[in-house]
Amino acid sequence: MFRRLETAGRVETVTVSVGGKPVTLPRGETAAAALVAAGEAVGRTTPVTGAPRGPYCMMGVCFDCLVMIDGAPNRQACMIEIREGMRIDRQDGARRLGG
Amino acid sequence: MTDIRDRQADIIVVGGGLVGSAIAYGLTRHAPRVMLLDEGDRAFRATRGNFGLVWVQSKGDGAPHYTHWTRNSQERWTDFAAELKARTGVDTHHENDGGLTLCLSEAEFLDRRALMERHRRDAGNRGFEYKMLRLPELRELVPEAGDSVYGASFTPYDGCANPLFTLRAVHEGFDQLGGIYRPDHAVVAIEHKDGIFRLETRHGTYEAPRVVIAAGNMTPGLARQVGLEIPLNPQRGEILVTERIAPFMRLPTQNMRQTVEGSIIMGDSKEDVGFDTATDTGVISDIAARAVTAFPILRDVPVVRAWAALRVLSPDGLPIYAESQTCPGAFATICHSGVTLAAAHANELGGWLMGADRPEAIAKLGPERFHVS
Ligand SMILES: Cc1cc2nc3c(=O)[nH]c(=O)nc-3n(C[C@H](O)[C@H](O)[C@H](O)COP(=O)(O)OP(=O)(O)OC[C@H]3O[C@@H](n4cnc5c(N)ncnc54)[C@H](O)[C@@H]3O)c2cc1C
Ligand code: FES
Repeated sequence: MFRRLETAGRVETVTVSVGGKPVTLPRGETAAAALVAAGEAVGRTTPVTGAPRGPYCMMGVCFDCLVMIDGAPNRQACMIEIREGMRIDRQDGARRLGG
Repeated sequence: MTDIRDRQADIIVVGGGLVGSAIAYGLTRHAPRVMLLDEGDRAFRATRGNFGLVWVQSKGDGAPHYTHWTRNSQERWTDFAAELKARTGVDTHHENDGGLTLCLSEAEFLDRRALMERHRRDAGNRGFEYKMLRLPELRELVPEAGDSVYGASFTPYDGCANPLFTLRAVHEGFDQLGGIYRPDHAVVAIEHKDGIFRLETRHGTYEAPRVVIAAGNMTPGLARQVGLEIPLNPQRGEILVTERIAPFMRLPTQNMRQTVEGSIIMGDSKEDVGFDTATDTGVISDIAARAVTAFPILRDVPVVRAWAALRVLSPDGLPIYAESQTCPGAFATICHSGVTLAAAHANELGGWLMGADRPEAIAKLGPERFHVS
């Protein structure tokens, strides 16, 4: 579905895990980009109706891209740059406190 | 072209916030043509920025008539919410499972107990049930209460509703009952001649033999044109909203509640800054710090929005229901706690505004109380 625009020259890459699956991307990309690169359209289900959601605006306004990052819930994937070894996981329903 | 009849009504309500629209909604049972004129998004609009409590405890210390009026509304709220839901399909998210006021020290707890006891004494035959809970008992209701919380007062009367859904439901209900709503119709002047009020807007003039000014913080200037002095001071309050989290707060407190969708709403600042709706980082961090003291598990929960809105406050904090002597048929009203009082406004004012006697329940809530003789 998504195709990367070619960039000139060699790019440094970073490998993250998306739902346990390794994905390699150019440094500087976001966790939301990693999600779509892994072919995951859905990053979470909503707290109220359980509807599926995935990255949409890619610029920090719609909050549809919330996922778990390194175990922390409700992270806005489109606003977070990937790091080597980052774990990006789907989040189902509302965040639970103290769990 | 608009027909002349489109510009006439039996009664015109100025101000489409929750106070004006609840009154207009109720008026449809008393008059065939009720019109509601509202300014728009540029206006100060407390209804769009408030906390959504339907709250009884602490209302009317030293003014039992206000406590009674508040309880009249609270007791009507469940039916009001059901009626709105049945009529419009809009769920106001009304809850009435009781509410808490947290006390952070023994001194606060004792003061609170004294206040609750005064309420009980003032309530007379009507009764006023409350419980003072120390931390262990409080934790039976909300296990997440922090170690720095000393205790809380509980009354079964308190609850909450979503103020935006409530406003929408009241507007839709008004429309279905045949009410005429005109948004973007700021009234700039009111003239009274031959028993008719002429309300000037940039879309032309509207006429009725009766008028109710319920324009929130803009009420005094309009009320003066129909011979009413309404003393008022805006008071700023700031509110913070967290991301949605799984439900844990079973009951609202005076300054924190969890919405049906899961957000925690917090804030209860009282700032005397005039007509200024900017937010202040110092106030915001105090609100957040207090929330974390009350419920330490909120420590790493991000706040996603914050805003400020202006309360519509009379000098004694109680509502004002005024009827003009010099321009018969003109009324003005302002109130803090327009969410709490919405059910009373929708049910108990219509007859009076159309010419019946003033309800006994609001006899002491006129503007005369501020006049020095
Ligand atoms: C921070 C905060 C928290 C609050 N929390 C609670 C709570 O928990 N529970 C509770 O019960 N209450 C609460 N309140 C109070 C409640 O919000 C108000 O009592 C209520 O919203 C007032 O409604 P209103 O219709 O009088 O005013 P507004 O909502 O301000 O509406 C006034 C309306 O008049 C219109 N208008 C103004 N000028 C004109 C004009 N010239 N011509 C035509 N229209 C005009 C405006 O467009 C506006 O829509 C809170 C308020 C604040 C600020
Ligand atoms: S995709 Fe819209 S906020 Fe991230």
